[in-house]
Amino acid sequence: MIQVKNLSKWYGPVKAVDDVSFRIREGEIVGFLGPNGAGKTTTLRILTCFMPASSGSASVAGHDVFTESMQVREKIGYLPESVPLYPEMRVREYLNFRAKIRGIGSADRPAAIERVTRRCRVTEFIDRPIGQLSRGMKQRVGLSETLIHDPKALILDEPTVGLDPAQIRETRNLIRELAKSHTVILSSHILPEVEATCERIIVIAAGQIVAKGSPSELKERITSSSRLIAEIRGPADAIKAAVGGLNGVGKVDGSLVDGWNHLIIEAQSGQDVREDIYNMASKNGWALREIRREVASLEDFFVQITAQQNIEREGQSPT
Amino acid sequence: MRNILAMTQRELASFFYSPIAYVVLFAFTLMVGLLFVFLTENFTPGGEASLRDTFTWLPLLLCVTVPVLTMRLMSEEYRSGTIETLMTAPISDAEVVVSKFLGAFLVYAAMLGFTLFYVILLAIYGNPDYGLLCGSYFGLLLIGAMFVAIGLFFSSITRNQIIAALLGAFFLLLITILASILVQSTEVSGMLRTVLLMVSVWDRFHHFNRGLVDLNNLVFFVGGTAFFLFLAVKVVESRRWR
Repeated sequence: MIQVKNLSKWYGPVKAVDDVSFRIREGEIVGFLGPNGAGKTTTLRILTCFMPASSGSASVAGHDVFTESMQVREKIGYLPESVPLYPEMRVREYLNFRAKIRGIGSADRPAAIERVTRRCRVTEFIDRPIGQLSRGMKQRVGLSETLIHDPKALILDEPTVGLDPAQIRETRNLIRELAKSHTVILSSHILPEVEATCERIIVIAAGQIVAKGSPSELKERITSSSRLIAEIRGPADAIKAAVGGLNGVGKVDGSLVDGWNHLIIEAQSGQDVREDIYNMASKNGWALREIRREVASLEDFFVQITAQQNIEREGQSPT
Repeated sequence: MRNILAMTQRELASFFYSPIAYVVLFAFTLMVGLLFVFLTENFTPGGEASLRDTFTWLPLLLCVTVPVLTMRLMSEEYRSGTIETLMTAPISDAEVVVSKFLGAFLVYAAMLGFTLFYVILLAIYGNPDYGLLCGSYFGLLLIGAMFVAIGLFFSSITRNQIIAALLGAFFLLLITILASILVQSTEVSGMLRTVLLMVSVWDRFHHFNRGLVDLNNLVFFVGGTAFFLFLAVKVVESRRWR
């Protein structure tokens, strides 16, 4: 459905998108995750034919974005991050105007407007000027505009930025629902949102793709280095030595927290040494009051991998 | 074609939501009215029933009013970000520019239409030469078209409406009035003189004001309009590459 091959984009001396390649199948809902300045918006703008790439190619629904620009534009709905609308127009007028531009005939327009306004819950304020609407309402108007011509693909740039938690949840549900009948790409730097909505995530940082996969796949990449937290009372050095000597234990760090040794134990992949720790503690007569496993979160993964990328890029930048 | 129609309708409606259009229309009509009453001897018993003297000054007035009318055409789209939704819709950059031009030109034509009031006055109290008047109005429409195209071009090169208006006004004053003034000086000679003579809009308008519809002038204004529209399209297209 969407194919991107070796896409690069230079803004003067800055390489905003660096040799990016990915594929999105029809009906998928994919999240484009990355810190600010990673190149998400630039990539989306290239896909929506707003700007051409410096090199590489991209195609949407079988049409190349550079040579068959008009056909691509007919088949996608795009909501930019700033949700640009005309404040002087009323919602209905605006949707009518966009419908005309997208080639919806006068006979079909009222039905199309009715459909999208109902779906995006815009009907309550359909006759109000857009300038009077709140951010959340404007976002819904923008979203309804992207759906008006029933496109094959929806491209949403940071669709929930600036919304309150209730609105974020609403938008998320709406997007999930839309994903059943459209291919959706959304970009975000808000992890939980991407995790909750998308089947597949593409992580991009400093213009390059650093990871691709489903949310669970990505999490698996980091649970291999999980940590154990244990609190044991007893002689600090002896405890550390004993724990360190256990099979499958890597580094052990400890500090004294009101009489108890608060230990951070790095366990090697796959090994659950909690039982061994308990046994060792009770054998030596040391009281054990807490033992738990810390599963690294997607957030750790994100921070780690994007920080790495940023350092690499800074190393490359011309001075 | 239907895209152009849809966009032109939107532009027209949008013009009348902002106070600028009303202010410009009001100011223009007021000034023409003042010119009509004080500067001419046409509306006195025994005077010639013509608007020629009134209209003589119009190109000068238009140099300032048209850029104010056109300043927000592209600049506003850049500022508000709506250019992004326009450029990712199945509408070509040329269609966008042409629609903006048509919207502004129609507003201009409406503005000119208010002056028909004076024609009616002349008709009631006298016997005006309608042929002459047609020539004058035709000339004003052509000039208006070219001025709107120029204003649109300057709007397309900047996000800042004020700059667009100022650049437009300066440029129009240059080709309209400054050209005629400079040509009168003997210092100006050779290539510069030739160019200024050819360009001077005011001198060309005098022909129309006398009822002379000259092919030379027609080609100048139509060509000028087309040229600046072409430039505007190229500027808009070039924005994608930045």
